[in-house]
Amino acid sequence: MLKFTDEHEWLKVEAGVATVGITEHAAGQLGDLVFVELPETGATFAKGDTAATVESVKAASDVYCPLDGEIVEVNQAIVDDPSLVNSDPQGAAWFFKLKLADPNAADALLDEAAYKELVA
Amino acid sequence: MEDISHLKHTPLRALHLSLGARMVPFAGYEMPVQYPDGVMKEHLHTRTAAGLFDVSHMGQVIVRPKSGKIEDAALALEKLVPVDVLGLGEGRQRYAIFTNAEGGILDDLMIANRGDHLFLVVNAACKDADFEHLKKGLSDSCEVTMLDDRALIALQGPHAEAVLGELWADVSAMRFMDVAEADLHDVTCIISRSGYTGEDGFEISIPSVSAADVTQRLLEHPDVKPIGLGARDSLRLEAGLCLYGNDIDTTTTPVEGAIEWAMQKARRAGGAREGGFPGADRILGQFAEGASRRRVGLKPEGRAPVRGGANLFADTEGKTLVGKVTSGGFGPTVDGPIAMGYVDATHTDNGTTVYAEVRGKYLPVAVAALPFVKQTYKR
Repeated sequence: MLKFTDEHEWLKVEAGVATVGITEHAAGQLGDLVFVELPETGATFAKGDTAATVESVKAASDVYCPLDGEIVEVNQAIVDDPSLVNSDPQGAAWFFKLKLADPNAADALLDEAAYKELVA
Repeated sequence: MEDISHLKHTPLRALHLSLGARMVPFAGYEMPVQYPDGVMKEHLHTRTAAGLFDVSHMGQVIVRPKSGKIEDAALALEKLVPVDVLGLGEGRQRYAIFTNAEGGILDDLMIANRGDHLFLVVNAACKDADFEHLKKGLSDSCEVTMLDDRALIALQGPHAEAVLGELWADVSAMRFMDVAEADLHDVTCIISRSGYTGEDGFEISIPSVSAADVTQRLLEHPDVKPIGLGARDSLRLEAGLCLYGNDIDTTTTPVEGAIEWAMQKARRAGGAREGGFPGADRILGQFAEGASRRRVGLKPEGRAPVRGGANLFADTEGKTLVGKVTSGGFGPTVDGPIAMGYVDATHTDNGTTVYAEVRGKYLPVAVAALPFVKQTYKR
């Protein structure tokens, strides 16, 4: 199940775990990323908490946790090469995997059509 | 979307839009922050070829002596700036600052001697205040005129001379900080060999009606790309150049700001025209005794950028505050984070480690020599 937030994160939910990244639209708006800071595995966040930070030449931006949950894995590849977020934001450049506190909570988020309308 | 309908436009706005620029509010103007290439590529293109910047938002001011003698305008202006204006030869330009009674900095500017008048370029955000300041200070002896019918562009980078040379052969005779008048495509422009990137390059004042035409023709050259405010900021930061309002302001003196080089011998203690500018007591006192803090370069040791506003500490626990970052970001040519800021006099030596507070962590940052990249001015 692919879902989106109005803060420009995408979530791919499988068996109660959401793989989370930022959308192509967001990556384009941010410009060339030069630094990514990811959360610690095991950290818990509430929906809307700052879970990661991305920085372009110009500015730092927060990446919010899209739902309540616990970080079970992070993607070191985007820390080693932040430009991956610009080249493959909705694929190889996922940020973290979040074990959802409520596996059904993602149902309420935007589907792809609704997100596309939001950024159109 | 932010409402930007109230903002002023430069004569090049339509050109920016046609080039796909992302426009943002800056100093009351709608300005291009980047083009489709993005900040990183724009920055690197300027360092390797030539970048073209619209800086028409800046103020262009003429100071004309009522007596007809340029010396009278120079001496009058010296009452507002701690700079040797009298010694500035015809066809030469010089960096300057307006100081206040406390020795703080009201704005930084360029002053050119154009033979029968002085030509000033001031910051966009300060230009109205600067104009009033100049009229108040100089109107006894000079006519002060803000030119609102001229655009200003900058052509910067190692290919700038060759590009401009195709339009005007004499460009190679200019040295850094020379100012001359020349016809580009039959439009009379005022050209200075200067800029805000650390690269060789030119700033070109063009009558507004012809600005888009001249700019478009320069952009037709395969070596030239348009560059937005985003790369302008990373270029000047790598070059160690101050941004007024961030790195220098009314609370910082020229000595604290490490721009003593802008004050020539004639205006310092023992000079031919010592003092005689606002805040002279404080500024000359700091020349003699030093200041309690100083602007320095800062090189974060990791990959995380340290931005303006970050506090600097002597320790990793955030106990002893020793300074503050005033500008910081990522340097594409340096290929790493860079910053500048103020530190206490006891922490100014190059190589001193201080710790910047970033998102609750204390990241090691080394005090570093400025500029971060070698300047390539044609002196």
